[in-house]
Amino acid sequence: MKERIIGQVRRVNGPVIEADGITDAQMLELVRVGESRLVGEVLKLAGNRAVIQVYEDTTGLAPRDNIYGAGMPLSLELGPGLIGSIYDGIQRPLEALRALSGHYIESGITAEPLDRKKTWRFVPVSDLPPGTEVEGGRILGTVQETSRVEHRILVPPGISGVLDSLAPEGDYTVDRTVAVLKTDAGPRELSMLHTWPIRNPRPVKQRRPLSIPLITGQRVIDTLFPLAKGGTVAIPGGFGTGKTMTQHAIAKWCDADIIVYIGCGERGNEMTDVLTEFPKLVDPRTGRSLMERTILIANTSNMPVSAREASVYTGVTLAEYYRDQGYHVAVMADSTSRWAEALRELSGRMEEMPAEEGFPAYLPTRIADFYERAGYMDTLSSREGSVSIIGAVSPPGGDFSEPVTQHTRRFVRCFWGLDRQLANARHYPAISWLESYSEYLDDVTPWWEEHAGASWAAERREILELLQKEVRLQQVVKLVGPDALPDSQRFVLEVCSLFKNAFLQQNAFDDVDRYSSVDKQLRMLSLILVYSRRGAAAIKRGVTLVKLKQMKVLTDIVKMKFTIGDDGAAEFDKLQARLERSLDQLESIYA
Amino acid sequence: MPDAETRNETRRRLMSGREYIGVDRIDGPLVFIRKTHPVGYRELVECVDPEGNPRLGMVLDTSDDVVVAQVFEGTQGLTLPGTKIRFRGRPLTLGVSEKMLGRVFDGLGRPIDGGPAPLPEAEVNVNGRPINPTSREYPRDFIQTGISAIDGMNTLIRGQKLPIFSGNGLPHNELAAQIARQAKIRGGANDFAVVFAAMGVKHDVARYFTRSFEETGVLENVALFLSLADDPSIERIITPRTALTLAEHLAYEKGLHVLVILTDMSNYCESLREISTIRGEIPSRKGYPGYLYSDLAEIYERSGMIKGSAGSITQLPILTMPSDDISHPIPDLTGYITEGQIVFEREMSGRGIYPPVAGLPSLSRLMKDGIGEGMTREDHPHLASQLFAAYSYVKDVRNLASVIGEEELTPLDHQYLEFGEFFERKFVSQGKDEDRSIEQTLDAGWEALKLLPAEELHRVTDEEIEKYYTGAG
Repeated sequence: MKERIIGQVRRVNGPVIEADGITDAQMLELVRVGESRLVGEVLKLAGNRAVIQVYEDTTGLAPRDNIYGAGMPLSLELGPGLIGSIYDGIQRPLEALRALSGHYIESGITAEPLDRKKTWRFVPVSDLPPGTEVEGGRILGTVQETSRVEHRILVPPGISGVLDSLAPEGDYTVDRTVAVLKTDAGPRELSMLHTWPIRNPRPVKQRRPLSIPLITGQRVIDTLFPLAKGGTVAIPGGFGTGKTMTQHAIAKWCDADIIVYIGCGERGNEMTDVLTEFPKLVDPRTGRSLMERTILIANTSNMPVSAREASVYTGVTLAEYYRDQGYHVAVMADSTSRWAEALRELSGRMEEMPAEEGFPAYLPTRIADFYERAGYMDTLSSREGSVSIIGAVSPPGGDFSEPVTQHTRRFVRCFWGLDRQLANARHYPAISWLESYSEYLDDVTPWWEEHAGASWAAERREILELLQKEVRLQQVVKLVGPDALPDSQRFVLEVCSLFKNAFLQQNAFDDVDRYSSVDKQLRMLSLILVYSRRGAAAIKRGVTLVKLKQMKVLTDIVKMKFTIGDDGAAEFDKLQARLERSLDQLESIYA
Repeated sequence: MPDAETRNETRRRLMSGREYIGVDRIDGPLVFIRKTHPVGYRELVECVDPEGNPRLGMVLDTSDDVVVAQVFEGTQGLTLPGTKIRFRGRPLTLGVSEKMLGRVFDGLGRPIDGGPAPLPEAEVNVNGRPINPTSREYPRDFIQTGISAIDGMNTLIRGQKLPIFSGNGLPHNELAAQIARQAKIRGGANDFAVVFAAMGVKHDVARYFTRSFEETGVLENVALFLSLADDPSIERIITPRTALTLAEHLAYEKGLHVLVILTDMSNYCESLREISTIRGEIPSRKGYPGYLYSDLAEIYERSGMIKGSAGSITQLPILTMPSDDISHPIPDLTGYITEGQIVFEREMSGRGIYPPVAGLPSLSRLMKDGIGEGMTREDHPHLASQLFAAYSYVKDVRNLASVIGEEELTPLDHQYLEFGEFFERKFVSQGKDEDRSIEQTLDAGWEALKLLPAEELHRVTDEEIEKYYTGAG
């Protein structure tokens, strides 16, 4: 793409610049501004003027500096080598930038997102003889990208023609031609790399209804508020309530094939934490390092604000690319509030009329566009793939009535509200069981009943009812003290307290507790409910609450999350038998 | 068209330093100049008042017709025809040097202690540049502050940014000074330095810090940047940046461990709001500009450790919460950027507890990786978690007691009340010069737990109970 001058800077105001003398700029065209070639994007065109947002620090930029157009929109490079990389919001590889400019990110430096020197072993698919008619999304061959990810080389969407030649198996760099198509517009050479504009969703054949849960290994999520593969969820919470911890836990242990982690306007040290920790962690399902399925997008809070705006699109486009290869991808966006604030800041600089709290009126549309890129799809190559979006929201003052939380709620179907009180008591994950909900419940119930046990939906409902009951009882306790309640009601408080301690709280740093399989989750839930039902019956027969609370087996139930592993069915049987025996004994005394 | 490229650049180079006589408009700290050559964004401006004294400023908005610059030293006494403006063609820089330790500077880094300006080792742009996340080293070295509420419950880690959320009249200055005096790494070299930036604080506060550094004989390791309450408010915007520029030089070039104390960030944010309002920007919450988060992040993120460099920057920003409201935009946005917070509680201070560190809302995010065996003591993580859980229950019991009266509480709840009292009086509370080792802190924690029955301690292991609870001591 030849660089051409499309105009000159007229005014610089932070990351937004006004340009004039515009000749043939396109809307959303990628541009480079000034002699240090700062990356930017055309946002508005009017007559010979344009408004451009610049993705880098604009210090030193002056009126009359030239603006160079690239002739294409802001796009990503897609191909082997993405996994395990860390990029900034506009897909500049941070490792390579470090080699170029040291510890600090200088303005105007660029590097190829995908290494041009590295070779990959390309294996062409066998059933594709020359002369075959192929179209976008067709798989041409595969590359083993990491030991667990087989990268499928696709014909870029929107291109179709007759296959002229396909390269034999061998080592190729990403920009070497591996296939030639005869198209209506003449021969078209395809390499393993293609580009895609970040703001355009990649096409699919069709959307499918959601039916498979995304198993995260976090009990409060999987059991109480499940997320479906291809679903969307918001995690709002004030600072210190554990948004990032929850996001990290899901990124580590969920059963997606690929993780795209977007650090959008958050702390630099958090990204470093991921970078140092993930390579060491081992996936419980494949036994491979977690970094072998992870792509990081780091646009920390002190990096330019407009690149923060772009970073969520960058992340979701990468996710769609792997979805098109037939993978289940989970996107963590931490935090979407920072993205919304970036929109607000840029909107303010463009002197647009604000709506609520200074946010632009198009905020809901943008949020909707972003979350709608999630889904469970039939890809163009007729495979199944999904993109699930897990977005953290950072409401100011922890107040969920602010615009970003409210608008996000409209477009997601699952809501994990983090609670300040729980976090203060160091109850983690601090997901409130009163405010959270999941609309995917009915969608995923058949899967749970098939894979874990037929009692799942009923037991889940039972414990939620107890938790609701507890809230009402706690209100009474706050007024008159627990002693005023009869034993039968105090026992409800007791069961709920056990459920919170033994089940809902989960220690992300304990080697056993950090991940619970679906079987373990259901067994734990069932066990607590056995205690609840039989205990309630025992109290009716005259057993006192004190005696029930003193049962030795309860301390082992509280610790079962640490002591019994994922394949501990036998141990759960034993624990349950002990519980039943203890209850039998108590009842026989009072019978 | 290579000619066109260089023409503008050449023009700018030749024009920089050109003097413009007279400005078009002065509004608060902002001056507006028309018909200039192309001036760079954030370029340094020299503004000569009618008496011939130069004042420094920075370009905030530049266009063909008008350039807006903020003048750090205020616009008092400037006249429209008599003011001369020179654009320097480069951003504001600070000449940094290790010799700046032991000296006192104004907010722009010019000495105000009567001595000559130290010979700079390098000229550095004060605005800083973002650190590449791949270059960061994850902080995990425990700093012993000698203060139980911090060491035990909200451990400070080298390279962390841990603000103190305080209120007017609470002892945040005392605590910050105590940390600066006592902070040390156990068994490590202590090549440390303190960079102190005061924004809009009172003269006696500045004097308090100076004296405190003097008395302990560390003054030669301290660089002070003072922009006091009676200095132009606009200067406060640049003060933390100047201070951090020196801190970065000391940490990453000289290998020192730098503790940066920034006080008071609330004043900084108010100056920012002032400028924003004058420029007619669209405000977000409480009139603060929409970019307050990004702006604060530019300051707070200039901390941490860098791979291959021995030094570190630990930040201790102090901010007073307007009417003790933690959901006010300043503490709120700060909490989203920093790695935890130390929150002061007025009620505790009223009861004579120093430091009045609120147990539950205080938090250190980096604590988990810096404590435990080999770093502090093996029982530390569980002990801290148990203390949190028990203290959180104490708060519930106190609420209940205030409704139904203490007599109605169960015996267990009474034990919890006793624990709460002991915890606040003996563990949290300590002298302003008391320097407790981490062992003393942890033992005090176990002393408090001994007031509770062993069955209540769910978060510690049986072995730990054996060793510290039932065992000797």
